[in-house]
Amino acid sequence: MNYSLLAPEILATAVGMLVLILGLIFKDRARQSVGIISLLSLVAVLILVILRFTDTQVFFNGIYQVDTYANFFKALFALAAVLVILNSSQYMERFGNKKSEFYALMMFATVGMMVMASAGDLLTIYIGLELMTVSFYILTAYLLEDETSSEAGLKYLILGAISSAVLLFGMSLVFALSGTTVITQIAGQISREPALIAGVILIAAGFAFKIAAVPFHMWAPDIYQGAPTPITTYLAVGSKAAGFAALLRIFIFAIPLTQFNWSLVLAILAALTMVVGNLIALTQTNVKRMLAYSSIAQAGYILAGLAAANQYGLKGVLFYAMLYVFSNTGAFAVATAVEVNTGSTDRDAFNALGQRSPMLAAVMTICLLSLAGIPPMAGFAGKFYLFSGAIQAGYLWLAFIGLLMSMISVYYYLLVAKAMYIGSNPQTGAMTVKAPARLALWVCLLATILIGVYPALLSNWAQTAISIFM
Amino acid sequence: MSLNDAVFFLLAVITAGSALGVITSRNIVYSALLLVVTFLGVAGLYFQMNAGFIGLVQILIYGGAISVLIIFAIMLVMDVEPHRTNPPSPRLPRRLGGIYLSILLVITMGAAIWFTHWPLAVGTTGADEMAVLADLMLGKYVVAFEIAAVLLLVAIVGAIILAKGADDK
Repeated sequence: MNYSLLAPEILATAVGMLVLILGLIFKDRARQSVGIISLLSLVAVLILVILRFTDTQVFFNGIYQVDTYANFFKALFALAAVLVILNSSQYMERFGNKKSEFYALMMFATVGMMVMASAGDLLTIYIGLELMTVSFYILTAYLLEDETSSEAGLKYLILGAISSAVLLFGMSLVFALSGTTVITQIAGQISREPALIAGVILIAAGFAFKIAAVPFHMWAPDIYQGAPTPITTYLAVGSKAAGFAALLRIFIFAIPLTQFNWSLVLAILAALTMVVGNLIALTQTNVKRMLAYSSIAQAGYILAGLAAANQYGLKGVLFYAMLYVFSNTGAFAVATAVEVNTGSTDRDAFNALGQRSPMLAAVMTICLLSLAGIPPMAGFAGKFYLFSGAIQAGYLWLAFIGLLMSMISVYYYLLVAKAMYIGSNPQTGAMTVKAPARLALWVCLLATILIGVYPALLSNWAQTAISIFM
Repeated sequence: MSLNDAVFFLLAVITAGSALGVITSRNIVYSALLLVVTFLGVAGLYFQMNAGFIGLVQILIYGGAISVLIIFAIMLVMDVEPHRTNPPSPRLPRRLGGIYLSILLVITMGAAIWFTHWPLAVGTTGADEMAVLADLMLGKYVVAFEIAAVLLLVAIVGAIILAKGADDK
């Protein structure tokens, strides 16, 4: 076996540990190098994964799989982590003397996600999931002076533990029926039994919590609002994508649709998620909370592609997950900048941002339009794949709900744009944005437009990644 | 009912009963002690399934180390009357809702498990189960094993960060 294909995971873990140690050895100024080390290593992971995108290997009879699908998601996580770390440069002051641990925990959360994407066995998926969520419990509560942050951390810990228990219960039922935890072997061993249905529903519920699908979304707004904004970003894009990565692999490979029609269950979840997420987002006046509800709705769109479970749908899932990284991170990065400069993320704080910092306002507008699915932004191409997949699979009603809800979402996204360009603000003067965060903003802006104008590149990439399912 | 079944039901009643006690007791010290009984009950179930090593580890780690840790933690942070340390949810409707949902879940899951034809395999626990376990952990499941180690590290780092509290410089 070619163990060098595990290099991304090993590198990220090793750097995580190194960063912990260096944080203790280095003093004051030298400690800033810790951030650069983690950033560089994540870029290295990204390059490694892209260079060896088509190198595949099945480890330990399928327990761990390095394939194009896993590599696609690993690239996504590394990219998201890079953008989040760049963006968190604005936020560092508030982390006090725990800066180096922040980077270490970011690295470990990324490792957890990579393991989830690559794991071909229920147990390994669960351990990867726990590594990711335990890192997030800590990062969510990272602003120790801030009560809402501590509250968010505690809530996430308790609810996350319950959802893990539900997931494990489901996995144990599937294991008891099939006698194996290896995903590719489960399908041949199971038959249609009541316990199988119960197990699959429990697994779906456990992952639905992680991706914040309605009705398992209650935790998301409070935690997204309370957590430090960069962490909220990573929760919304990284944690969610990791949940989808594992969910897709388990459902497509292990549970044949002929045994249990999980597709319909997911379609109903998707519809509920799109409707509830968008409708509640309409009434929000806090931009961070609005983005939290919008990210619930976005999970609904992606779920629609998974429910379709055909080529277009699955390609859409991967495509959308990737563009969502850029669009959502861009929007959250602007929210971070406004929060750092004004101390608030209420919509009023965004008033007249178009005059104060045209760049920030432009990134926010483009990213929000992309999230709403307006052409020529990236979101349009993504939704096109997702909904065509749903229509092909016979879920016309689901695609219809998706289109309707996308139109409704334009309203609350544009309310922010309206505040930025038409609103008036007694305060004037440009907002300060640190150079690394500026870089992240540019990347998000350009990627969102580029993917929208020329989707073929990412689309081909996603196509190669899902070829393992076809 | 064979003796084996009788032992199982006895252990199950002890485990589930003490687990119920953990959440209903109003004194958190009692809850912690009942948790120890739950852990030991689970260990008993492991022994009954011929998983001796896991049973021993369950007693050592959970019954011993973790429960002592929990009781220490309670001792260090407790500053109110003991019988008010673990109050139940004050609102009755909410409690009834929880009870109702739990019963529904137990009935559904119970039915699902009861009506399933389980593919019962004859257990093949050999004499040298520790060797088998070690082989699995450092062989096929090595990724999960190593990641579990990282997970513990993260948990420790996190506990220290959060317990240290805000900066004191």
